[in-house]
Amino acid sequence: MSQEVILRVEELTKLYGARVGCRNVSFELCGAEVLAVVGESGSGKSTLLNCLSGQLPPSGGSLSYRGANGHWRDVLALSEPERRLLSRTEWAFVHQDPRDGLRMTVSAGGNVGERMMAVGARHYGTIRSTAADWLRQVEIPQDRLDDRPTAFSGGMRQRLQIARALATNPRLVFMDEPTGGLDVSVQARLLDLIRTLVNQFELSVILVTHDLAVARLLAHRMMVMKDGHVVESGLTDQVLDDPQHPYSQLLVSSILQT
Amino acid sequence: MSAVDDPTDLTLGSEGSDASVAEAKGDEQIADLSSDAGDDRIDETIDGYNFAYLDENTKRMIRRAILKAVAIPGYQTPFASREMPMPYGWGTGGVQVTAACLTPGDTLKVIDQGADDTTNAVSIRQFFEKTARVDTTTRTEDATVIQTRHRIPEKALTEDQIIVYQVPIPEPLRYLEPRETETRKMHALEEYGLMHVKLYEDISRHGHIATTYAYPVMVEDRYVTDPSPIPKFDNPKLSNSPALQLFGAGREQRIYAIPPYTKVKSLDFEDYPFDPGQWPQACALCGAEDSYLDEIITDDAGGRMFVCSDTDFCSRRRAEQDAAATSEEGEQ
Ligand SMILES: Nc1ncnc2c1ncn2[C@@H]1O[C@H](COP(=O)(O)OP(=O)(O)OP(=O)(O)O)[C@@H](O)[C@H]1O
Ligand SMILES: [Mg+2]
Ligand SMILES: [Zn+2]
Repeated sequence: MSQEVILRVEELTKLYGARVGCRNVSFELCGAEVLAVVGESGSGKSTLLNCLSGQLPPSGGSLSYRGANGHWRDVLALSEPERRLLSRTEWAFVHQDPRDGLRMTVSAGGNVGERMMAVGARHYGTIRSTAADWLRQVEIPQDRLDDRPTAFSGGMRQRLQIARALATNPRLVFMDEPTGGLDVSVQARLLDLIRTLVNQFELSVILVTHDLAVARLLAHRMMVMKDGHVVESGLTDQVLDDPQHPYSQLLVSSILQT
Repeated sequence: MSAVDDPTDLTLGSEGSDASVAEAKGDEQIADLSSDAGDDRIDETIDGYNFAYLDENTKRMIRRAILKAVAIPGYQTPFASREMPMPYGWGTGGVQVTAACLTPGDTLKVIDQGADDTTNAVSIRQFFEKTARVDTTTRTEDATVIQTRHRIPEKALTEDQIIVYQVPIPEPLRYLEPRETETRKMHALEEYGLMHVKLYEDISRHGHIATTYAYPVMVEDRYVTDPSPIPKFDNPKLSNSPALQLFGAGREQRIYAIPPYTKVKSLDFEDYPFDPGQWPQACALCGAEDSYLDEIITDDAGGRMFVCSDTDFCSRRRAEQDAAATSEEGEQ
């Protein structure tokens, strides 16, 4: 992990009317670092992730990102075209439900190729071979290149979504429960794959999960959220082995008991 | 801008009351016409209508949309499409644009799939003969306004001409993105990767770009545009044309334009360049080798031949050939 900070979050708050989505969240993320955001349902994980990834305008706070060119940018001040460009080049998002991240009526190759075409790729042969390469990376057989995701299993769809997200070599990937809703054995294989890809491409990842085992396996650091607040954060092993906040202790012990 | 966007804005001009009388009459006439649907839709009693059927306020509203469309080549401008005494799909968008463009001195040509004599073309031509009393013609070069469905004439157009296309679906991105809010954003932000996804899918499925009609184009390096269901064979004629090209979609309430001498590029890949296509044979009637051909069945035994779809082009070539043959005979 490089020690260079690429994302700086200060006092980020999102209110839904009077209801708190998340409040006063501050942290820094380094290059090639994986940060897990854990907490019970309704604790504000998705709200935070959607604010960070530019899909939801926060009510307050600041958010800066250091681009591949080394320059810091005030993400909240970006125009919509700039923000959308960022989210299809240096950033990527992996949804819990692959149907939210894939075009179900477009072939696997077209799905992976779309991001490349969106940033100007105009050579069919190159797009296709790059797409095929990505399918190999995510362990989808080459002969499924022209099949639509409707014909894929849940695990395969999720792997295709990851291939699509990574096809333009993003640096920062947002993932919301990427293994949720999958069988345990399918989950294990997917986690393995994510870990390999994250290492191989030195990705920075903000990963939302309510599964502490997923955090343990993938994340360098983690933040525990409750009622929209971050109650504890630190190195993953430290938080899991020696939780300080009573809520974290409860969370960890409840997992250990089951 | 707001006046153009607001379909209810009819405040320009002073003859508002006259116009509403004409409109009310129009509604009666529509009811009459739709009650005897099928055959000749335009009967002889249409006298008393405003020039070219539409009232002046409506034409003014449409002209404003046309001006905006011309100012932003390839951009789909909303307009308040009116009921016309013919069903959607019969070119109500094109008819309204033509009505808004016509002046008493104009000469109108109407074609459908290249032919002047199909039911659709004949009925639209008669409609304007009766409501606007303009001259009509089948000769491309004699027309000042040409309304068309599915073709561009073979004879090159000139600066003195306006060609009006009938458009069923104006949104080229709809095939992959049905949400209008999203496609508007894609146009605004020039996010056109999706258009190439469609072409990618074509090649991966068929080995080549199989789109042959309504082949998407990039207008003046800015807006991806649907050229209406003309064959891709006609796409090269869209680019740098001296004529003003207007597109009207009635049901979808959109007008867009390709002004004279505008750059129009058919989308493609570097390794699968746009190919307008061609025929291995010449026209069986006039021998043309560079025109768009239709296959026609000639007898019950499965006989078939390929002939020009542009009936004016083909018949006049044959007439010239006959005349040349006769004068040669005369000389001998
Ligand atoms: N669009 C919305 N409008 C109003 N309140 C919302 C909205 N989205 C989320 N909330 C509320 O904000 C809080 C945080 O919700 P959020 O979806 O971020 O939680 P989460 O940690 O992702 O939960 P889960 O694990 O169930 O996905 C909850 O109280 C939720 O009810
Ligand atoms: Mg959530
Ligand atoms: Zn011919």
